[in-house]
Amino acid sequence: MIRLEGITKTYGTYAALQGIDLSVRDGEFLALLGPSGSGKTTLLRIIAGLAFPDSGRVLFNGEDVTQLKVAQRKVGFVFQHYALFKHMTIADNVGFGLSVRSRRERPSAAAIRARAHELLELVQLAGLADRYPAQLSGGQRQRVALARALAVEPQMLLLDEPFGALDAKVRKTLRRWLRDLHRQMGLTSIFVTHDQEEALELADRIVVMDKGLIEQVGTAEQVYMEPASAFVSDFVGETNHLPGGFHVRPHDIEIVEGEGQPVRVENVFRKGGNWRIEGRHQALGQVIEFDLDAQRTPPLVGALVQVRPQRLKAFTGNPEDFHEHA
Amino acid sequence: MKPVSSGGVRAALILATLGFLALFLFLPLVVVFTEALAKGIEAYALALVEPDALSAIRLTLTVAAIAVPVNLVFGVVAAWAITKFEFPGKSLLITLIDLPFSVSPVVAGLIYVLVFGAQGWLGPWLTEHDIQIVFAVPGIVLATVFVTFPFVARELIPLMLEQGSADEEAALSLGASGLQTFLRVTLPNVRWGLLYGVLLCNARAMGEFGAVSVVSGHLRGLTNTMPLHVEILYNEYNFVAAFAVASLLAALALLTLVLKSLVEARFHPHERRTGS
Repeated sequence: MIRLEGITKTYGTYAALQGIDLSVRDGEFLALLGPSGSGKTTLLRIIAGLAFPDSGRVLFNGEDVTQLKVAQRKVGFVFQHYALFKHMTIADNVGFGLSVRSRRERPSAAAIRARAHELLELVQLAGLADRYPAQLSGGQRQRVALARALAVEPQMLLLDEPFGALDAKVRKTLRRWLRDLHRQMGLTSIFVTHDQEEALELADRIVVMDKGLIEQVGTAEQVYMEPASAFVSDFVGETNHLPGGFHVRPHDIEIVEGEGQPVRVENVFRKGGNWRIEGRHQALGQVIEFDLDAQRTPPLVGALVQVRPQRLKAFTGNPEDFHEHA
Repeated sequence: MKPVSSGGVRAALILATLGFLALFLFLPLVVVFTEALAKGIEAYALALVEPDALSAIRLTLTVAAIAVPVNLVFGVVAAWAITKFEFPGKSLLITLIDLPFSVSPVVAGLIYVLVFGAQGWLGPWLTEHDIQIVFAVPGIVLATVFVTFPFVARELIPLMLEQGSADEEAALSLGASGLQTFLRVTLPNVRWGLLYGVLLCNARAMGEFGAVSVVSGHLRGLTNTMPLHVEILYNEYNFVAAFAVASLLAALALLTLVLKSLVEARFHPHERRTGS
């Protein structure tokens, strides 16, 4: 189990982390989700031992590792741009961690090579052992980086924006593949992402961060349905901001027959299995977004429709404010 | 982008460039070799095996053999310190590395005379201990080291900055020691840039005239390097011998150019392929 207690980190005058407490369970797949500058990568680097906190403690299985360097922590780290060694073959990249061990602990060259092949098979790149990183696609490099990190049998896997540099299609395939790999191996894994969809799809639990603080820790369902703060509601999923600190998701607004809140339709387009409608709320004077099942006939642009929010979330202010307008 | 100039302008620009190169680079090179061989191959060969010439060649090679390794080590250390660590005075160090490029070599030589010469700051102490630096080989080596020390560092710093430290962090996270990381990751990553820097450093170390001229004392057979020897021969109207020795320096320059192109051919396509 990984425990973080009161972690702070300042770069010059910039407070990257301002007091982080977090427990990660064994075998868990955890996402650190937040916008750039939220401190998520700094936190991952502190867990790895690539950066050190100004105050606070890092504990692995109850043991204080705060002062240990990365090499002593037995972590597998996958870098954002993979950081493969350009001048080494794929097999040599994967075997690197074993080949730098002291002579006493180092397996024979043949054993290292065999282990590299085994890992390349695991990441489905068995045929590419003798190629160089430059000859591989982005998705393949990503998997080599993963195999290289796994070769040293780490007690956890840390991934910094693992899909950030890939195009949408490859990203999706690789995401599914990584989730399966995690299920198969059960290795405690933490990944950093700014993509909420990625976090919702992959992680057992999501840590939502903003400005060096944890906003919420929870399952995808909790974070999406019961956001703990306006920031979480806004950052995870789409949200309409209404006066009085109310947030309502586009799919929680329904078109109704008869009495509702009048909205003038300004734009309609298809969004997957729904129509996305943008309309001006007549009482509030602001544009709101809501969804309609694509099976149904969409309203025409310029039409006046009646809507009713099904599920509102209040973060600040008085609930009466909204109903006043309603 | 639309070509800005017509065919005529293009031809004129190319001709002007070629003409300039022919006049200022190619012609002098031809002159060096024709003058050297003006009295036949025998006179050319004699000029090169004459004891003072041999001594100058030996001294030049010795100086380069000391200055280049020293600056290789210094350049790697400085580039490593500047690109991988944050420390106070870093920008000052970067400026200082460029100093030999911005100071006249003659001034550089004079500095050594003022510090180590008989009338210099350390002069009395050195005389007392019977150590001769100025007007001797140590002074020539010092001046050459000074003049050539930016080459390797200058070549490595931008390269290492661009590469960042992710590769090193990856190696460390896989359990490599600092030395293993340096030898197996950092050094291979910069090897072509390093070789390039060493080539330029060597060319300058062998060809340096100004700084060396000030500290050498021009003692024939003792403290004359090849460039100084050329000057002496020329002043004595011994043109064949002067150009014969000069032709060796010119050959060195050509060799450096060829090696440099080879290194670049290895270096740049490689960068392009991996730079995604």
